Amino acid sequence: MNYKEVITTITELLTDQLVVCANGLISREAFTIRDRTENFYMIGSMGMASSIGLGIALNKPSRKVIILEGDGNLLMNPGSLPMTGALHPVNLLHIVLDNEVYASTGNQPTISSKIELEEFAKSAKYAYVKKVTTNEELRGEIVHALKNEGPSFLLVKISDTAEQIEIGRVTHSPEQIKERFMSAM
Amino acid sequence: MFKSEEFVQKLIDSGFDFFTGVPCSIIGNVINNLTERHDVTYVPAVREDAAVGVASGAYMAGKMPVVLMQNSGLGQCLNTLTSLNLIYKLPCLLIVTWRGFEGKDAPEHLVMGRTCAKLLDLVEIPYFTFNPDNIRSFINHAHNLIVENSGPVALFLKKGVID
Repeated sequence: MNYKEVITTITELLTDQLVVCANGLISREAFTIRDRTENFYMIGSMGMASSIGLGIALNKPSRKVIILEGDGNLLMNPGSLPMTGALHPVNLLHIVLDNEVYASTGNQPTISSKIELEEFAKSAKYAYVKKVTTNEELRGEIVHALKNEGPSFLLVKISDTAEQIEIGRVTHSPEQIKERFMSAM
Repeated sequence: MFKSEEFVQKLIDSGFDFFTGVPCSIIGNVINNLTERHDVTYVPAVREDAAVGVASGAYMAGKMPVVLMQNSGLGQCLNTLTSLNLIYKLPCLLIVTWRGFEGKDAPEHLVMGRTCAKLLDLVEIPYFTFNPDNIRSFINHAHNLIVENSGPVALFLKKGVID
C-alpha cells in the first residue's frame, strides 16, 4: 500500500467524523484527495496531532475523532499514547501510517523499522490495537473501529514512499482551517 | 497570600473550564484542588507541549482552556505555541510558575529565571506577573485579552503569591 491508496480508502469510509491530519504529506494528501470541513490540517507543531485529537475527543464525546499521523509524528510525541490509554476516550481512533521514513523531508529513515509501534499502544492500554498491511485489512479494520468503542489504534504499514512533488499544498490559511473545523462541530 | 481554592474559583468564574498541565511545587495545591473538583476537568499531561496540544483540541471542541506549567516547560512547548496557537489563533491561558526569579533558586532554574519573560517578548505572547493584590483583576484582564487576541496569554506566578 502507498500513502495515496491508504488515505483514499480511509476517506471513502468517512461520514461526519472529525479528523486531525498531521503536518506534512499526510495533510497535503488528505486535502488533495478530498477536502472536508471536518478535517483539521496541521501545518506545524509536529507530534501534536495525537494531543490535539485527544483534547477534542475528551470534550466532544458525541463525535468520533480520528487522528491521522505518521511514524515520525508518533515517535516525536510517544507520551500521548499513555495519556490516551489512561484517559480512555471511547470515541477516539488513532491511525498511524508507518512508512519507516520522514517522507515530507525526503525519506530519511525513522527508527520504526526496528520498533513495533503497535506494542506501544498495547502497553498504553488502548482498548483495541491492530496492525494492517493490505488494503482489504485496512478497510475491514476502519469499518470495525468506526462502529465500536475505543480508544482504537491502527498501525498501517506503508510500502511505497510518496512522490511528494505531485502532491499539492493545503490552500486554506491556518485560521480558515480552524474556523471551518470548528463550524463542523 | 492568595488561597489556591480561591484562585481556582476565580479562574472558573472568569470562564475558564478546561485545565491541563504539568505540576510545579508552586502550584501543587492548585492542581490538587482542580483534581478534586467535579465541575471542571484537569488532564495531567506528560509534557508541556502535549498539554498545549490537548488544550488546543479542547478549545476547538468548545472549551476555554488553561495550561499550568513551570517556566522550564516554556522551552518544551515553544514550537507548539508558535506553529500552532499563534498561527491558527488558538487561545489558552498559560499559568507559568517563575522559578529562578531574581536568581534565587537552584542552578537549573537560573537561566530560564532570567530569560523566560524575554522569551515570550520574542515570540510576541503577552504576559503579566501576578502579585497578591492584582491577582483578581489580572485574571479578568487575561480572559478579555485572550478573547480579543484569540491567542495564548501567559500569567507568571512567583513563589509565595499562592499558598
